[in-house]
Amino acid sequence: MSGEIAIRVRGLTTAYGEHVVHKHLDLDVRKGEVLGVIGPSGTGKSVLLRAIIGLKRPSEGTVTVFGQDVIDLHGHDHGALQKLWGVMFQDGALFSNLTVRENVMVPMKEHADLPHGLMCELADQKIRMSGLETWTGHQYPSDLSGGMRKRAALARALALDPPLLFLDEPTAGLDPITAAAFDELVRDLQEAMGLTVFLVTHDVDTLRDTCDRIAVLGEQRVIAVDTMEALRQHEHPWIKEYFGGPRGRAALAGHEAK
Amino acid sequence: MSAPEFELLEGEHPQIILRGDWLISTIGQADEALNTALSNWQGDAPTLDLAGLGQLDTAGAYIIDRTLRSFPDLSPMIVGASPERMSLLEQARELATRSEHAPEIVEPGHGFVDLLERTGRGAVHLGEEAVETLSFLGETVVSVFRVLIRPARMRWTALVSVMEESGLDAVPIVAFLSFFVGMVIAFIGATTLAEFGATIFVVELVGIAVLREFGVVLTAIILVARTNSAFTAQIGAMKMRQEVDAMTTLGLDPMDVLVAPRVIAMVIMTPVLAFIGALAGLGGGIVVCWVALDINPTVFFNRMQDYVGLEQFWIGLSKAPVFGLMIALIGCRQGLEVGGSVQSLGAHTTKSVVQAIFAIIVIDALFAILYMELGL
Repeated sequence: MSGEIAIRVRGLTTAYGEHVVHKHLDLDVRKGEVLGVIGPSGTGKSVLLRAIIGLKRPSEGTVTVFGQDVIDLHGHDHGALQKLWGVMFQDGALFSNLTVRENVMVPMKEHADLPHGLMCELADQKIRMSGLETWTGHQYPSDLSGGMRKRAALARALALDPPLLFLDEPTAGLDPITAAAFDELVRDLQEAMGLTVFLVTHDVDTLRDTCDRIAVLGEQRVIAVDTMEALRQHEHPWIKEYFGGPRGRAALAGHEAK
Repeated sequence: MSAPEFELLEGEHPQIILRGDWLISTIGQADEALNTALSNWQGDAPTLDLAGLGQLDTAGAYIIDRTLRSFPDLSPMIVGASPERMSLLEQARELATRSEHAPEIVEPGHGFVDLLERTGRGAVHLGEEAVETLSFLGETVVSVFRVLIRPARMRWTALVSVMEESGLDAVPIVAFLSFFVGMVIAFIGATTLAEFGATIFVVELVGIAVLREFGVVLTAIILVARTNSAFTAQIGAMKMRQEVDAMTTLGLDPMDVLVAPRVIAMVIMTPVLAFIGALAGLGGGIVVCWVALDINPTVFFNRMQDYVGLEQFWIGLSKAPVFGLMIALIGCRQGLEVGGSVQSLGAHTTKSVVQAIFAIIVIDALFAILYMELGL
């Protein structure tokens, strides 16, 4: 893991009308790490993700991704930056009028100059990479189960081999077996491709199995960023409750038993 | 980023030397050339030299692996690859050759036979839809009567809100469009009638056309566009988000909660709107007669009383509640038919509008025959 910084957030303040979500929030994501983001509901985990990828305009602060300022980027520069990241939204956000394979081909058509045949082959490869079988590429998102939709969404996020991957609650709503397989998949892909992953989650197992470091959001800022072991010793009441609560303990016990 | 390049060295120990960056953004240029070169390849399996390779991603690895796989019986060698590159290539191989359990795909039949089949299915489907709409009508009537017998069950807030949204809010557009249609009828009629020197008959034309047909049919069509589609979209969205299921489990009957207020509101409001439409249509006719044809409003009204008669107005208005009922009924039924997907919402909204327009035209024709047989 190199010491380079992939995402640098400084003094970020976001608000919806009167409601302030973040106030002077700072966060660094190192290149090649998987950073898990946790926090109580409503502390703006997804909003932070949206601010970083430029979907939510902050009222103050700067966000740089690979050294480029995201907030005031337009046109061509923004397109170039979009090639560097893949985003998987909470519900998959697959285009419902396209098949899975066509969904995966959308970013390729937009950002890469490929012959159609090769594009289909590469899309099929990504579909297999995300753990689906090739034939599912011909199905529509509505024909797939929740877990398959998430995999298809991951395939689309990976379409351009981006060095940076944003995952918004990838394992929410999945059964434990599928969720564990998904964690493993993310970890494998991260290792094979040297990805930097920004992962929003509630799942202690996911944190334990995939994340190098964990950022805890709360009180409109980042309370702590550290490894899981270090966070378990943290004094903040919510963090204590989180890792010391029944679910947290169970997940960690499972880890130690391994 | 440099373009991906490759070089073929034939000979006793054939070699393919790869250079440049093999990335998803660049390999488009190399793909075709590589395919052509390989299809002309004869001789022994080459050795792949990756020592001079720039950057590589999974797309590049896929292409390189595909090259390797194109020599099935020969086994090409790779030299000059770092362990990370080898693992990328191995991953590509593993993904490409993984066995799968695809379900059997039904072969699409012959185009013409398919067309016949679709036509047949469409015809049967049409019949089924008609029967289902009728049974829904039955259910609705039961539900409405249940509500009317015990007014405590009535959702007054919902009723009033639907009456406002689909009734009151539609007044401007109904009045505006009817006014213009009235003007058009008067103008067109006057032009033709003037040839016979019978311009004055424009009063009967406007009176009968607007009161008996246009006022109410136009209102109904505006309501289809405005209200029927809104009903389908509202109820369909609730269905998609499982709100309707939640209602049922809480002991609320969607027929009582969603359908009855909408049906009752439309049965009340459509005649009101049709009345406004008829007045506005007459207004349009009067304006044209006065301004362009020198028939002043007094003459217009006198002639209407003498030759058009009140029964034309009642005939027109008698259709309005039926149209209102059909609009609400079809809108609600299609809304409740929506499944879990966004396409299904779109498909049912379209279907709802088409069916409602169809129903209105057909019912209007049936009314025309009925009143003709009655001698009105």
